[in-house]
Amino acid sequence: MRYLPKSPMERQEMLAAIGASSIDELFSAVPERYRLREALKLPGPYSEAEIIQYFSERAAENSVGYTSFLGAGVYNHLRSVVTDAIIQRGEFLTSYTPYQAEISQGTLQAIFEFQTLMCQLTGQEVANASMWDGSTATTEAVLMAERVTSRRHVLIARSVHPEYRDVLKTYARNSGLELQEIPYRPDGTLDQAALKSAIRDDVAAVVVQSPNFFGSIEPVSELAAAVKGSGALLVVSITEGVSLGLVKPPAEADIVAMEGQSFGLPPSYGGPFVGVIATRDKFVRQMPGRLAGQTSDTEGRRGFVLTLATREQHIRREKATSNICTNQALCALAATVHLTLLGKDGLREMAHQNLSKARFALDELTKIPGVRRTFDAPFFNEFTIELPRSARMINADLLRDKIIGPLPLGSSYPELTKHALVCVTETTTRADMERLSSALRKAIAQPL
Amino acid sequence: MNDKIKKAARHVNQSEGLIFEKSSPGKRGFELPPLDVPAADAARDLGASYRRDGVENFPEVSEIEVIRHFTRLSTWNYAIDLGMYPLGSCTMKYNPRVNEFVARLAGIATEHPLQPQELSQGCLKILRLLEQCLLEITGMDAITLQPAAGAQGELTGLLLIRAYLEKQGNARKKVLIPDSAHGTNPATAVIAGYQVENIKSESHGQIDVDKLRELVTEEVAALMITNPSTLGIFEQRIPEIAAILHEKGALLYLDGANMNALTGITRPGDLGVDVMHLNLHKTFSTPHGGGGPGAGPVAMKRILEPFRPVPVLVERENGRLALEPVRRDSIGRVKAFSGNFGVLVRALAYILAYGPGIRQATEDAVLNANYIRKNLEGVYDLPYSLPSMHEVVFSDAFQKKNGVNTMDIAKRLIDYGFHPYTTAFPLIVSGALMIEPTESESKEECDLFIDAMRAIAEEAAATPDIVKTAPHTTRIRRLDEVGAARKPILRWDPLRAIATPQQAELDGAAASQAEKCTPVIPTA
Repeated sequence: MRYLPKSPMERQEMLAAIGASSIDELFSAVPERYRLREALKLPGPYSEAEIIQYFSERAAENSVGYTSFLGAGVYNHLRSVVTDAIIQRGEFLTSYTPYQAEISQGTLQAIFEFQTLMCQLTGQEVANASMWDGSTATTEAVLMAERVTSRRHVLIARSVHPEYRDVLKTYARNSGLELQEIPYRPDGTLDQAALKSAIRDDVAAVVVQSPNFFGSIEPVSELAAAVKGSGALLVVSITEGVSLGLVKPPAEADIVAMEGQSFGLPPSYGGPFVGVIATRDKFVRQMPGRLAGQTSDTEGRRGFVLTLATREQHIRREKATSNICTNQALCALAATVHLTLLGKDGLREMAHQNLSKARFALDELTKIPGVRRTFDAPFFNEFTIELPRSARMINADLLRDKIIGPLPLGSSYPELTKHALVCVTETTTRADMERLSSALRKAIAQPL
Repeated sequence: MNDKIKKAARHVNQSEGLIFEKSSPGKRGFELPPLDVPAADAARDLGASYRRDGVENFPEVSEIEVIRHFTRLSTWNYAIDLGMYPLGSCTMKYNPRVNEFVARLAGIATEHPLQPQELSQGCLKILRLLEQCLLEITGMDAITLQPAAGAQGELTGLLLIRAYLEKQGNARKKVLIPDSAHGTNPATAVIAGYQVENIKSESHGQIDVDKLRELVTEEVAALMITNPSTLGIFEQRIPEIAAILHEKGALLYLDGANMNALTGITRPGDLGVDVMHLNLHKTFSTPHGGGGPGAGPVAMKRILEPFRPVPVLVERENGRLALEPVRRDSIGRVKAFSGNFGVLVRALAYILAYGPGIRQATEDAVLNANYIRKNLEGVYDLPYSLPSMHEVVFSDAFQKKNGVNTMDIAKRLIDYGFHPYTTAFPLIVSGALMIEPTESESKEECDLFIDAMRAIAEEAAATPDIVKTAPHTTRIRRLDEVGAARKPILRWDPLRAIATPQQAELDGAAASQAEKCTPVIPTA
């Protein structure tokens, strides 16, 4: 087998050195009656060529050749080939968590740079080395707010990504957190009157997403002012990080929980992505996850180490701030390389292209009779439209034109079955949008 | 250089500052195609109060600077691709390159998790086949691939147990955890809403079965066991342990971190385990990548199947695969979308490469661990003498007499060209040296490692200071971890960076000082 570096003779030599007569002897601790007598029924062994063939065949059964207008937490952005070239260097790809700092400075410095970039983007003071994804980062932010405030009640906007809310519900059910959803108002943003009446002195966190699931940008400063004084923490979840190139960061939030997939990671059918938690310095000891910090060696040279580990499970066990161990380090590295390539101007330009194309798409689509914009709050690269009939049925028609239409909202929002979430990015061409527009026009005009 | 250091030699090592220190306004490393629609007016479209001018202090560098920056950083890392990485419990095995290739194919990397399932049959087939392979390997009845990592797998497993017990009328209060367990086990039990009760190991390092019998009451929901244990020892009485739990209505959870010792040899499902997670980044070779991403599928017996996280992968009558979003008894979602799909792709590619021959990987892993054990026994103290599986745990008891501890030995191993083993874990061994070579090491590499460990033991006896002040050959020496935690500097700050020229001077002075200090190492 090509991955195994031993000849049969070497195996025999090693067994002889051990003093074992056969390999089975090394497994003598496994009771005889529980040992497998037959080989496992697994496909293979496959050569490299056969492996590539298998996955190429599966790839061909997916959506190749379709144009997509899906976003909703997973975005298709341009990625430089440089990012993949860097993260495929064996020194990054095949190294472990940098516990042995002297021979892990590459990973540690890159994490430190990642933490810095995340602070710059979010307007926060400290960011961790990564979480699993945006959904678990949002949940961990809530659990963190619970620790900071010693309170149990959580107000979460209904306009937070439905799957993020589902994850929070799973965790909350067993940790005694009470969740209360706050409705959205006609412009698609959080209903602040409802928020004000729901805020009580036992609220640990108020959770909003911005831009929210409908694409609407939340007035984070106003919300922070509304929450301030109640003792609750404001948690802002971000699914589309590119928005931060052009949209004011949630600097007034107490905790920011972000999905970093937009920074150089492919959609990859939902993962691996990279979650981020950023917060204020004063909360750092309640943060979950790893942190890299700057220090110096015995000779005064700058170096980096994993630090403040007394929050973590391998030291604190049942008293840890979280059970997270393995995080998404390589994805965080990809984000670091990607953002460094884009730089200040590149990120701003990318964000501006997204906004420009989304404006164009909105104008094109709302020219179609029967199509109108659902919410009128400012948006970035996603917006919600209302169609004359079920979005799901219309999408079925669009598939015939090789278009994966905007995401129907009915399954998560029963009141919005005729509504769909449109996403365009810098990768969506004008021709793509015009094709969607004419296919949609055709689908709507069709007699039922 | 020390003539016993055979694997490592001095090598030019580039210095490199932080990327922010290279930044200069107007540079960039990536260009976009021109905008093909009218340009938006951000101030008008977003509103002045939402508009941002750009991210302050964001780096501005060219493509070649980005390449050089990260390539230089990469050369400061040790990696499996450079040599043996014997971290016990971490299973640092070869990460096949074809796995990286297939995970990046168009049609795999490009797929959106919310696209119509009719257009995702390829992805779903990959998930289906991986499920089937992992069920065959574990001997379990049902599986979820959703958890993002081992710790989330643990949580998912405990939530399944909780849901099952709740359905029976009582979720119960406690989870039992041996003192040799990974720290994630107790941390997870708390998130699942359970109290942790630790069980002391008996004198051979195994679960104290008599003690367990006393502890298992109707208050106990589960025992979380690791098998082989973190000592690398197979818990022989596991079927009996399962029976004790089952008699009281409690369940047996297996931390599958050490499946690399069992794959193809025996199956947890056959041993009486009710639910377990797998660390695909350990046993199934998906790259650790400096700390992640991983994946932590959870395999279970039939009784837990109704509680699996949604969505659940199902096969329709017409043979098409689908993700079912709603299930009455499900514990809910633990992560958005369909798990760390790209990691799952790599794990399947790994399994396909071996097929039934995966047993050979297990055999070689156990062979390597025992070969190292045999050759280091007597040189290092072996606190538990039961047979080793895929890893062996020594202690620093012999070396401690000269003031040399496991961390010192680990740091000295770096000078010899190896990544250290796991230090100070499991907690039940004072001064543990936890060595897991994996199947990826040749006899030659194992021999080099043994020679290095023997040479360090000699040094610890003859010239302990060399060991205690190691490493001597790395670009930086031991770092001030206490200072890092006391006054945390967790991001680059332009205000602090005003001191950069001085820092550079300091760096330079320290470097030349280090040059002068090097003769501390006995030279050939």
